[in-house]
Amino acid sequence: MSAAAAILRRDLALLLGNGRGGPLLPVLFFCAVAVLFPFAVGPDAKLLARTGGGVLWVAALLAAILPLDRLIAPDIEAGFFDQLALRGVAEEAVCAVRLVAHWLSFGPLLVLASVPVSALLALEGETLRLLVLGLLAGTPGLAAIGLIIAALTASLRSGAALAGLLLVPLAIPLLIFGAGALAGGDPAALAFCAAISLVLCAIAPFAAGAAVRAAREG
Amino acid sequence: MHGFANPKRFLALASWLTPLLLLAGLAVTTAALAYGYFLVPPDRLMGDTVKILFIHVPAAWLGMGGWTAIALASLVHLVWRHPLAALAARGAAVPGMVFTAICLATGSLWGRPAWGTWWEWDGRLTSMLVLLFLYAGYIALAQAVERDGSSSRIPAIFGLVGAVNIPIINRSVVWWNSLHQPPSITIGKSAIDPAFLWPLLAATVGFSLLFGGVVLARMRALLADIQAEARLRRQALAAA
Repeated sequence: MSAAAAILRRDLALLLGNGRGGPLLPVLFFCAVAVLFPFAVGPDAKLLARTGGGVLWVAALLAAILPLDRLIAPDIEAGFFDQLALRGVAEEAVCAVRLVAHWLSFGPLLVLASVPVSALLALEGETLRLLVLGLLAGTPGLAAIGLIIAALTASLRSGAALAGLLLVPLAIPLLIFGAGALAGGDPAALAFCAAISLVLCAIAPFAAGAAVRAAREG
Repeated sequence: MHGFANPKRFLALASWLTPLLLLAGLAVTTAALAYGYFLVPPDRLMGDTVKILFIHVPAAWLGMGGWTAIALASLVHLVWRHPLAALAARGAAVPGMVFTAICLATGSLWGRPAWGTWWEWDGRLTSMLVLLFLYAGYIALAQAVERDGSSSRIPAIFGLVGAVNIPIINRSVVWWNSLHQPPSITIGKSAIDPAFLWPLLAATVGFSLLFGGVVLARMRALLADIQAEARLRRQALAAA
């Protein structure tokens, strides 16, 4: 357990520090998309309020691609996983900790950023509440898919370019239920979004761990 | 099963099975499509356009079956480290993607006269489109792995992750559509007429045989690539 805490401290220090591109890059990208959107469709408040939540979900999904090329690859190169494997720490355990660290480094910031950005898109009251809750439920799933993709592409030279293509189809269910909840029609949507997130979080450490081992053998 | 881990035995089997499957598939498909086109009466509502069904439905089944094949082969490769299973998964990806694309294209052509639109964000259409993107991702990943000489277990893991996700994607897309709008037009879901059923099943058998033949042919090509590279390396070593 103390090993897990130590690894989590190290991962967070790396991901929140400037060593890995920093935690601000995805958040700034997320805000930039939200600022761009009104320029593209016009400043009509009604239209923005109706479509803004969906745009923010798409922005969150695309922002989740940005940190992936620095998430696993530098650690494979540096032999971080090998060192831990020598000490008997399974790749799956390291990946589970990495999942937590990855989410902590981009999920909460994204949720926080969605509040001021919502004002730009005329999202208020119930919609804002559903957006924040949806992002809270959905970003762990996005982090889980991201971790799997990052581990799969870590040993490839063109990994960063591939990551987007691989992430988008897998993230569609999260987008559907997360953005679907915004309509407010069906309270089950948020629960489904959280359920899919949980399933993805349960798969991610095993898939990513297997991918890290495969990268070592390859 | 491990008897065929030896490429020699596999190649000996595949060298006669590949043309057999391809020719039989071609013959059955041609016969079924010709019978379906010329001898099946036109549908009361949709006229002759309904006959695209004999291509559309088998393509849809094989598009989905292709990923099932990838998932099973990936599982065999990951669990038993069967070397040919990786090639089988790799070989099934391109025909699977092609059948998915055929399903989407024929569906679009059919939708124009039947629904009056090229594209409808219908649940099943949309999940086939997502499947097409998954295939594209899988193929791009497998190609990158081959180029960089990385482990063949990497696309296998993606194949399994995709297989876990496909039912979730399918259900969520159906839910999404039902939330936004009720199905505008549903194709008559009443029990399909036997006059349509038999050529449809025959066409499915024919397309499946073609699918198997293409997978075997691609596996042989991949094996030949590996062997050619190994021979080149041996010759270069001998010359040095």
